[in-house]
Amino acid sequence: MTRYEIEELAQLIALLPPAPTGWVEAAQELPRALAGLDALVARAGEDAELRRRLLADLEAAFAASDVKPTRRLLDEARRRLQG
Amino acid sequence: MHAICVTAFRLPPHDAEDVFQDVFAKTWAELPKLRDDGAIRPWLAQLTRRTCIDRLRAARPAAEGEPAELPDPDDVLGRLEQALDVHRCMTGLGESCNEILDRFFARDESYRAIGEALDLPAGTIASRISRCLDKLRAAMEDPASRDRPVDG
Repeated sequence: MTRYEIEELAQLIALLPPAPTGWVEAAQELPRALAGLDALVARAGEDAELRRRLLADLEAAFAASDVKPTRRLLDEARRRLQG
Repeated sequence: MHAICVTAFRLPPHDAEDVFQDVFAKTWAELPKLRDDGAIRPWLAQLTRRTCIDRLRAARPAAEGEPAELPDPDDVLGRLEQALDVHRCMTGLGESCNEILDRFFARDESYRAIGEALDLPAGTIASRISRCLDKLRAAMEDPASRDRPVDG
């Protein structure tokens, strides 16, 4: 049986602070956002003008799709649209 | 994931958030292949660890090598495993103790904030924390409590 000191237990509890709420919300949103990105990239692959407009204002394109345009998502979208 | 990023690898918040989101996205993509519930936690820890290392390497020219001040991630991960055991045990103490201990030690809330959140007199919080820690220690030293699943 392991003996635990109260001080050590307190330290172990403190080792796992919760992740910031914003991180968790963004992570929960991610599957839907990635699905939205897949759809946008697919459409842009067939329509050069759409692709140009998307690259010109990605944030508006995501907002129109009801997807919160996080920095990570915007970077991923640019990478895939330019690739 | 959060603790591995900020405690084991000491990533700055911006990088830690990127790793957090990367790991979540990879996990979402791989979820259909993960059939063993018991394997998810070590798999997640390993993926988070690899992603943290990739992030550190990408942020630093190769010639600089490994940062000397970084603690051995294996040691820290072992400590985080212990911390997960403690948190698992806390869930078996009942909602009140779990919440008080989590708010005070993990969220670093004041007696006053805890009292307001839980509708308890602030003057009783310290004694409640003490009693809950005693209960937690007893539970940690009871193998049956320690082995209880988080959701069980």
